[in-house]
Amino acid sequence: MLKLYSKTHEWVKIDGKIAEIGISDFAAEELGDVVYVELPEVGAAVNAGDVLLELESVKAASPVYSPVSGTVVEVNSSLEDEPEKLSSEAESVFICKVELSEEPSGLLTEEEYRADLKK
Amino acid sequence: MAKKTPLYNEHLEAGGVMVDFAGYELPVRYLTGIIAEHTAVREAAGMFDVSHMGEISVEGAGATEYLERLLTNRFSDMPSGKVRYSLMLYPDGCTVDDVLVYRRAEDKYLVVVNASNRSKDYEWMLANSACGVRIRDVSDTVALIALQGRNAVKILKGADLPEKYYTFKENVPLFGVKATVSRTGYTGEDGFEIAVDADNASKVWKSVLAAGREYGLIPAGLGARDTLRLEAAMPLYGHELSDKRIASEAGLDFAVKTDKEFFIGKEAFVCNTPEYYRAGAFVAGKGIVREGAPLFDEKGEEVGSVTSGTMSPTLGRAIAMLRLKKGVKGAVCSEIRGRQVEMTLTSLPFYKRK
Repeated sequence: MLKLYSKTHEWVKIDGKIAEIGISDFAAEELGDVVYVELPEVGAAVNAGDVLLELESVKAASPVYSPVSGTVVEVNSSLEDEPEKLSSEAESVFICKVELSEEPSGLLTEEEYRADLKK
Repeated sequence: MAKKTPLYNEHLEAGGVMVDFAGYELPVRYLTGIIAEHTAVREAAGMFDVSHMGEISVEGAGATEYLERLLTNRFSDMPSGKVRYSLMLYPDGCTVDDVLVYRRAEDKYLVVVNASNRSKDYEWMLANSACGVRIRDVSDTVALIALQGRNAVKILKGADLPEKYYTFKENVPLFGVKATVSRTGYTGEDGFEIAVDADNASKVWKSVLAAGREYGLIPAGLGARDTLRLEAAMPLYGHELSDKRIASEAGLDFAVKTDKEFFIGKEAFVCNTPEYYRAGAFVAGKGIVREGAPLFDEKGEEVGSVTSGTMSPTLGRAIAMLRLKKGVKGAVCSEIRGRQVEMTLTSLPFYKRK
């Protein structure tokens, strides 16, 4: 499965028409302890670059932007009870799945993303 | 450009995530994270760099009388070696700052003020000065370290420590330097605040940290300081207190001696019955209600606002302090990003040590 990154620190794993979305370990590190995940609604239409959901750390709420356009078809509701998984396993825990309405664009490969972080 | 405290390098070395706070570069947290730092203070010990706090020295034959007029608490009956919390008010009863007053001798005091108010306070104190009083801002020469938690006593064992809450000792030999040690804090736990010369700050910080390792001591940042004080329902200037709101709303009457003949703001404080009070609430649903969020009663009428809100690491749920209209009972409504949430009123504090 192809894993790509946005410049705003989300990752997306694309399998056919379905994109799994999460946040990078860099983003998780920046946020600190995640204590609440405000999941999007299943059925919600999103455009690439829109705010997809909000993550609450102890100090503040931070937006997660959608790296792709489409419709939310599934959310990881286990995060409602265990938001801390996003702090400890950010790169493997998905937050939601989006059915793509158009080809993703402007995303980075992991190599490009990591190189970008070092700049 | 934000100023650095004498402990700046210690923070970087410990992986501090630095932010600008009241004009100082300070760690909001370390690599451990706010929850672990908070828990360390509640269950073992944590240490904070609070060198950003301001210290203003008040000395001279007229010092006691001056402070009696300037501040709301009473100092004429306070023995040397004691600390008292006080408000400093404007004539309209709104708050200049909330402060700690250390009585060092018959005519020598140290007033510890909030970093964000330091120059405003100093100017206010000078503007209201009297004969026989010398007022100096000594903040830049002092580093302040807060060691908080039930293990704090064990970590400093052997030192000549103040035994009672809100007392202090000066010239205490501590790790090869002379320190002023007070039994005070801003966390709701037992603990000490240790003042040393700025030049000795790093040495003391490292020594305390090393002595505390076996007692679970870790450095803690501003994030944990805020969650700890909020659970303990301690007010924070700019949130529960401000220069726009009458101080009698904040429920700090223990520090306001209205039987004193005079203090600045007394008339306004005594004569105005406030419409609002400081209340506590839990968020009934999901999410965290933050500072500034409006509050509504069941009829949809606005009845106040949130002054501080966070996730309580100790309780595992969202808590908030409110500026709430008197007479509202049971529950109120608020908003998180446009979504309505219910909040259940509760008595303060949210946490009290056993």
